Amino acid sequence: MRLELSPRANITPLMRLAAPIAALVLAFAIAAIVIAFYGKSPLQAFDVYIVGSLSDSWALQELLVKATPLILIAIGLSYCFRSNLWNIGAEGQFVIGGLFGGWIAIATHGGEWSLVWPYVLLVGAVAGAVYGFIPAILKVRFGANEILTSLMLVNIAQLFLDYMVRGPLKDPKGMNFPQSVTFEDAALLPKVFGSDRVHFGLILAIIVVLITMVIVSRSIFGYRLRITGDAPKAASFAGFSSKTTTIIVFCISGALAGLAGASEVAGQIGQLQPTISPGYGFSAVTVAFLGRLHPVGIVLSALVLAMVMIGGENAQIMLKLPLDLTTAFQGLLLLIVLSADALVSYKFRIVRGRRG
Amino acid sequence: MSYELVLFTIVTASTPFLLAALGELVTERAGVLNLGVEGMMAMGAACGFAAAITFDSNAIGVLVGMLAGMLTAAVFALAVLGFAANQVGCGLALTIFGLGVAGMIGNRFVGLRRIQIAPTEIPFLSDIPFIGKALFSHDIFVYVSIILTVLVAWFLSRTRLGLMLRSVGENHVSAQALGLPVRRIRLGAILFGGACSGLAGVYLSLVYTGFWAANITASKGWIAVLLVVFAAWRPVWLVVGAYIFGAASVLQLHAQAAQLGIPSQLLSSVPYVVTIVVLVILAWVHGRNAGGPGSLGNPYITDR
Amino acid sequence: MITRRALATLAGACAMALAASSGVSAEEKLKVGFIYIGPIGDYGYSYQHNEGRKALEKALGDKVETTYVEGVSEADAERPIEQLARTGHKLIFTNSFGFMEATLKVAKKYPNVKFEHATGYKRAANVATYAARFYEGRYIQGQIAAKMSKTGIIGYLAAFPIPECVAGINAYMLGAQSVRPDIKLKVVWANTWYDPAKEADAAKALFDQNVDVITQHTDSPAPLQTAEARGKFGFGQASDMEQFAPKAQLTALVNDWSEYYIERTKLVLDGKWTSTDTWDGLDKKMIVMSPYKNMPDDVKKMAEETEAAIASHKLKPFKCPVLDQSGKEVECKGEGTLSDEQILGMNFYVKGIEDKLPQ
Repeated sequence: MRLELSPRANITPLMRLAAPIAALVLAFAIAAIVIAFYGKSPLQAFDVYIVGSLSDSWALQELLVKATPLILIAIGLSYCFRSNLWNIGAEGQFVIGGLFGGWIAIATHGGEWSLVWPYVLLVGAVAGAVYGFIPAILKVRFGANEILTSLMLVNIAQLFLDYMVRGPLKDPKGMNFPQSVTFEDAALLPKVFGSDRVHFGLILAIIVVLITMVIVSRSIFGYRLRITGDAPKAASFAGFSSKTTTIIVFCISGALAGLAGASEVAGQIGQLQPTISPGYGFSAVTVAFLGRLHPVGIVLSALVLAMVMIGGENAQIMLKLPLDLTTAFQGLLLLIVLSADALVSYKFRIVRGRRG
Repeated sequence: MSYELVLFTIVTASTPFLLAALGELVTERAGVLNLGVEGMMAMGAACGFAAAITFDSNAIGVLVGMLAGMLTAAVFALAVLGFAANQVGCGLALTIFGLGVAGMIGNRFVGLRRIQIAPTEIPFLSDIPFIGKALFSHDIFVYVSIILTVLVAWFLSRTRLGLMLRSVGENHVSAQALGLPVRRIRLGAILFGGACSGLAGVYLSLVYTGFWAANITASKGWIAVLLVVFAAWRPVWLVVGAYIFGAASVLQLHAQAAQLGIPSQLLSSVPYVVTIVVLVILAWVHGRNAGGPGSLGNPYITDR
Repeated sequence: MITRRALATLAGACAMALAASSGVSAEEKLKVGFIYIGPIGDYGYSYQHNEGRKALEKALGDKVETTYVEGVSEADAERPIEQLARTGHKLIFTNSFGFMEATLKVAKKYPNVKFEHATGYKRAANVATYAARFYEGRYIQGQIAAKMSKTGIIGYLAAFPIPECVAGINAYMLGAQSVRPDIKLKVVWANTWYDPAKEADAAKALFDQNVDVITQHTDSPAPLQTAEARGKFGFGQASDMEQFAPKAQLTALVNDWSEYYIERTKLVLDGKWTSTDTWDGLDKKMIVMSPYKNMPDDVKKMAEETEAAIASHKLKPFKCPVLDQSGKEVECKGEGTLSDEQILGMNFYVKGIEDKLPQ
């Protein structure tokens, strides 16, 4: 006996929606047993994770704040992944974007500037693009594998930020502690929707999502990405240079990660410090795949992931569950959601036979 | 400064990378990209340590650590083979899952200590001047890692099963057409990868340190994944990569102790820079054909 | 395996949830929240803070309820802090320097909640700061190290070039020089608070360069263990690490936050809490030297005398004149000693250290 999987012909949107929900239910069922062993109520856990995140306005705002960088980075990554290019180093591009964007904010500190934040974002995006360009050029010029170079560049970016914040960019009045000055209002992203936490980065994320939707479905460039990923030979027949594509998508991806970094620094943190990301660049890889590289899917999966992350924190606070348990749950949930997603995409058949 | 000891340190520092990377290499040659090495390593480290303490036996600890790695890998196998789920996403999820569960298991053992597994000196060979101590007076895992490299290289290039594994990795559609049991071979490769990662984890908690604490793996699993790419999926080059990285990590610390006045962040980035530079040179010299197995990362589905 | 007990717990917990949602509230307890930078399983810094929290629960029993969030990123701390404030925690401790701005931001929004921020320097009406004078312990360690060293070279494994580490290095060197003026010191920065394998390698690097006594300002017991394996000496960090290195640990610099946490919580309970800046050391037992071992009696006696002198404020590790690397006297802003501010923001090496401080 063996298992055979084949692509399903027609997948209804209902199935697409039902799969993650079924997965959530299953994951919670498994977690409920474990949580009961810890002597806590599974019902309460459900309340903390889901109802709590969606029911009050403060929690919703926090959800948006957390999802913003994930959306921006994951959209960028989707350009790379669509053309089968493995940029795993978005975390590094995020850090570089935050660092150079923040640098603008620090350099203009104490000056007579009325509007700095657009430049913070611009410089952050450019810096991220340049940093994304490195693995791309190493790939097309020397054939160096981009998974390795982009990931190694993450560590280098983090150490560079560390050096800058402890050295040249540290607050001169900050008692030599590793942090920059806190940015002035002109350098901070404006808050939106009357919230005191949700910032302009969210608007950017929405714009980027909309533009990407148009590019992916309507433009020649979108076609080019798809064909480069699916059939590289056909792409070159069509006159698309895979080298140029590589460089373009890495720069787009880097720019968006850098933009996310700058918007996080100038929108949420408000200064430079040795750590500016709790691993958004890596979480975004999961977001991109969970969202099936589709812009709308990415938005939804970023929200789900943000909800699970915040839920884990709330479980520590309200249920006093340990971090390890919430981490394990997050991993389990992702595994089940990804599996359920495949369940929708493929037909399963048990075939009698020797092979399998 | 004692050069023998420095060389000795480099060898031990490189071993966990090599062990974990060997397993990942076999997994990837079968066409499966498992990015969850970090999680499997953490499981190996935690379970191995817990078992060694509970049963007061290093052998049981090592065995349980490897089993824990395999069990974690089995979760991954279920998702990517059983459900053809996305491998990159599942690998990242497995990392998170493994770190969490390892923490849950290890928490009761925080603050406990077990005497590290001691090195064994190989008679005569360890007396060779200069390299004797550095090469022939290690713990058994160092030798295992080298023997395992040779075995994996031999297995992949010289055995029928190895050939089958590689063809499954290159193109699972034609492998299936040839009548190869694609899923079973991949399952075996994933489990082998898990066992190796588990062993690397055990190395950290029972040999390197003799204790368990959260985050003991400190991203070493990721380095192992990268080394497979660095080695262009060839076992022998894995040794080169692991030792270059290990050497750079150790030597940057020596450079600091030697008081050269270079910022420590710059020195800490040396292993990464060196690895990139060597990779670029290798890729340049070898041309562009250093790609991975053809089916790497693609879900195994019947195309019709 | 699902046991009957687990099922009973499940049912009981469900009932509890229903009760809670129907508005039956327990008696008023003071809710105290903690935000930790690391996992409590690190057996280092955050572990030690959590021990303090446990001591608080034990001491004040049913008057308090404590909550902690572990592994909080400095890049995303505002939300968990605010969530604690929103969920009725009236006293919140944040245990890392990097939480400073986030703590202040939330404190502004919740004027009725008291905040306590460790190792920072910005305060507000409802934000107090607290830290321990680790350097006092480093001075004693330096003296012991200089006495115990045969090679005349001692080592310091530090995490990051922040003032706290720099002050520790200087105090260690000044202590060593006080008993052996020609002592040499080698410093290695691990660029991590916690990575056992890397810390062990760093310790090996120091030993391979003729260092024979090290102290560490990173969290894991790995460097100390390396000392044990190499037959050298070291000092435990944050907790007493004797079980990891019975022959190598000379003493450990133990953080004890219990007293502080209990005292501050009592003040809130009594309604007497005010925003203060606490920087205690050996005097208030915020740092404690674990028993002196593996050393000759005269060294032990010296260490005990120094400890007593520092605890009674007779001896100041940074007593003037303090000379910088170039031999220039550092301006003396305190009374016969460097001022707290100078120590808190220290970014120079004292004379005799040959390395260059990363700037």
